[in-house]
Amino acid sequence: MKVGIVVFPGSNCDHDAWYAISENLHHEAEFIWHNSLSLGDLDAVILPGGFSYGDYLRCGAIAKFSPVMQAVRKFAADGGLVLGICNGFQVLTEAGLLPGALVRNAQLKFVCKTVGLEVATTDSPFTHAAHKGQVLRLPVAHGEGCYVADERTLDELEAEDRVALRYVENCNGSMRSIAGVLNAGRNVMGMMPHPERAADPLMGNTDGLAILRSLTAVRELANSRL
Amino acid sequence: MSEITPDVIAAHQLTPSEYDRILSLLGREPTLTELGIFAVMWSEHCSYKSSRVHLRKLPTQGKHILQGPGENAGIIDVGDGIAIAFKIESHNHPSFIEPFQGAATGVGGILRDIFTMGARPIAVMDSIRFGKLDDPATGVRNQRILEGVVAGISHYGNCFGVPTVGGECVFEESYDGNPLVNVFALGVFRHDEIFYGKASGVGNPVIYVGAKTGRDGIHGASMASAEFTEESKQKRPNVQVGDPFMEKLLLEACLEAMKTGAIVGIQDMGAAGLTSSTCEMGSRAGTGVEIDLDHVPQREQGMTAYEMMLSESQERMLLVAERGREEEVLRVFKKWDLDAVQIGVVRADGMLRVKHHGEVVAEIPNRALADEAPRYNRPFTKPLRVAREHGPAIPKSRNWTADLKTLLASGDLCSKKWIWRQYDYQVRTNTLAGPGTDAAILRIKGTNTSVAMKLDGNGRYCALDPREGTKLLVAECCRNLSTVGAVPLATTNNLNFGNPERPEIMAQIVESIEGLAEACRFFEVPVTGGNVSLYNETLGNPIFPTPVVGIVGKLETAVPVGMAFKRAGSALVLLGGLGTCGADEFGGTQYAKVILDELWGKPPALDMDYEKRVQATIRELIREGAVESAHDFSDGGLAVAIAECAIESRKFGADVNLNSELDPALLLFHEGPSRVLVSTADAQRVLRAATRNNIQAVEIGVTLESRVIIRNRNQVLVDSRVDELSEGWNTALEHLLQTPLQV
Repeated sequence: MKVGIVVFPGSNCDHDAWYAISENLHHEAEFIWHNSLSLGDLDAVILPGGFSYGDYLRCGAIAKFSPVMQAVRKFAADGGLVLGICNGFQVLTEAGLLPGALVRNAQLKFVCKTVGLEVATTDSPFTHAAHKGQVLRLPVAHGEGCYVADERTLDELEAEDRVALRYVENCNGSMRSIAGVLNAGRNVMGMMPHPERAADPLMGNTDGLAILRSLTAVRELANSRL
Repeated sequence: MSEITPDVIAAHQLTPSEYDRILSLLGREPTLTELGIFAVMWSEHCSYKSSRVHLRKLPTQGKHILQGPGENAGIIDVGDGIAIAFKIESHNHPSFIEPFQGAATGVGGILRDIFTMGARPIAVMDSIRFGKLDDPATGVRNQRILEGVVAGISHYGNCFGVPTVGGECVFEESYDGNPLVNVFALGVFRHDEIFYGKASGVGNPVIYVGAKTGRDGIHGASMASAEFTEESKQKRPNVQVGDPFMEKLLLEACLEAMKTGAIVGIQDMGAAGLTSSTCEMGSRAGTGVEIDLDHVPQREQGMTAYEMMLSESQERMLLVAERGREEEVLRVFKKWDLDAVQIGVVRADGMLRVKHHGEVVAEIPNRALADEAPRYNRPFTKPLRVAREHGPAIPKSRNWTADLKTLLASGDLCSKKWIWRQYDYQVRTNTLAGPGTDAAILRIKGTNTSVAMKLDGNGRYCALDPREGTKLLVAECCRNLSTVGAVPLATTNNLNFGNPERPEIMAQIVESIEGLAEACRFFEVPVTGGNVSLYNETLGNPIFPTPVVGIVGKLETAVPVGMAFKRAGSALVLLGGLGTCGADEFGGTQYAKVILDELWGKPPALDMDYEKRVQATIRELIREGAVESAHDFSDGGLAVAIAECAIESRKFGADVNLNSELDPALLLFHEGPSRVLVSTADAQRVLRAATRNNIQAVEIGVTLESRVIIRNRNQVLVDSRVDELSEGWNTALEHLLQTPLQV
């Protein structure tokens, strides 16, 4: 499994994602500079957390114009797996690859804590290694993580089983406690919590492996089905 | 016709004798630009002119020390070819004038000090002090300052991508008009990746990188070197504005540019920006630096040489590259979309020469600016003392459980979650122990080594006795590190005091520095640098003498033991024993502050030799895996420490039975040092280790489910459910911040 990790100016969880994939899960991981026009030969792409372009204007609003996002759009359209974590989720909504938007936390403050998350669907390449209803404890660290969308979109997400994760403790005021969503093709997921921060026994929490292992096991799973 | 009048000299906070010194160093009258350059470089903030003669007393050598004071940050060796750079710096004055940007740029400044040496910052800690949040007169302002400072730290550190992993937050009337914001940063690199701020190699290009220069922050250093008066509000434009995104790009670009091997020396533009970086780099290398201001990237039009040389615009660095290889360096900055321009050249003549519009506007020997600032051995008498010698009668019979709850819900002792939940304390996934622990622990990836770090200060102890108070906080900081299993290695310090021109304040500074020297020598934690912040007075009221130490230690990487009780039925052993305390030594405690609203007498007595043996014992026990939890005693004493272990566990408490002659208040709440509480499955093993190290250890009870009971000789003193203790502790800060007060 080869995972590309996009580096925007201001990305700061890029190395954490790289470490989790390559050192904790022993899969190949490489960085992709934001000016790249193509992704090369990859099985999955991670848009990491951080403050791409300083979060100026709006979180993710400038990153969506980055050259690499053209390539990510094409990769996703061709069925490639794209996981956006935190700022990466914000970029994916800004880029129109996922519905809804992430706005300022309801309490108007940055929040860094570990929260409970219910796995709302296992029908995705990002959650298939978990059980439906399983509660993962994952760190969040964001100032703009409140998920909003119009009622119709929210109904549609639920009807199509595209809500991947829900907060058990809604730490930012997200509508319907949504913490992670899938696109219609189920190959693009955005989530505010950080699975890469809960991937190492030394850190005292490995619940994030449920997500990352789902991702890295996809190819083996596909091969075994052939 | 000279433009330098006595009024102009006074406005630059230079004394007539300092001006005479300038005349003799130059052999002529300075231009206004030169006068401005001298004024900032000779300010207290940049020159340490009042403290330098005493700072020389500090121990700075040791087997782990790779770089002591004098560079942008100290460096220590932690083995495996890995080095650690760390430093603390104050941003007290700017944070009072504009809390958000003052604190944010404090973080930015100290981060640059770390990465300018070649190290990647992996942790930040903050020591912050404010007036009381519920003070009827000043509470509202103090609340706003706290909220602004925390938001500023959060904004800068989170965006830059460095975890804020710990610190301290204290409320005391003495900080009412003078909040303290001391920021510590630590970075990691390999020995062969160290860079210094030296302008070596005559003919080498001098390159400016980063943000453009504007008119912001002019005279920040001299502002930080004067008392606050009513007019200080007009100094708001002196506070700089930070851009953490720019700093993140600067970090990545600098570290990448360093890898080219074409950089000879590099330094950040901190206080007095272009001035300090040029003359200090030249002075360290014994060279001259010639720059042409016409090449400096500028944010505004029509800036004078004076303004550019004194600007403190943030996120700028100065570097010297190897001649002929400048393109390699410039290419990296271009990749990161940063300005990088050659603005000058290294010369052999030892002069700082500044050109503007084709004319030389300043020409001063670098050494005169960087090394020949006046040094004052200011007169000192006895330390200023505000406290009484003896206190009120200490109550013999009270509802001690209620007192404990009151203490746990007080500003200094309550949970600081409201603060640190606004900080990203995990980014870079190295944080094994973060905020709310005895000491933060960060692993160094790719090695089996972790570093532990802690900040400690105690203005109350130091107000009672600056020398003993300072020794106590060095002891406590080392004890904090030892309690998480780390060997303390080296110290950085931030000395926050009032006006050194007052002999009774100068005496506090001298006593404190001597105490620091003695304790750092004894505990073998040499000082690698730090910061001195003087003139912390508002309208003539000085702060408590507040030295803050940051000590760094190392340990083998492992899952941390932590302070939380792990299960019911573990034995509780108190290493170091119950300690003793007379009524006079109780006056600096949190009990005296919160319950009795008094300050008197002396700080707790410290036996450094005994303390060292206690620390050796707990380190040994942690290393051997002989304990299930460990927590040292400090503010609030025994009862608070036991409550904290219980609260952190969320469900386990303790049944403790003591055997002591001490009155209940002293027994429960005295703050005698050299004590660590452990829970263990094997009490005998712990007791044997104590005997071997020649310290006392007492088995004081067992852990149990959900309840804390403390008895002395079978008389119940404290009895409470754990969740009742947690409640006030958890919510106190939020309640204090919502205290309705008249504006």
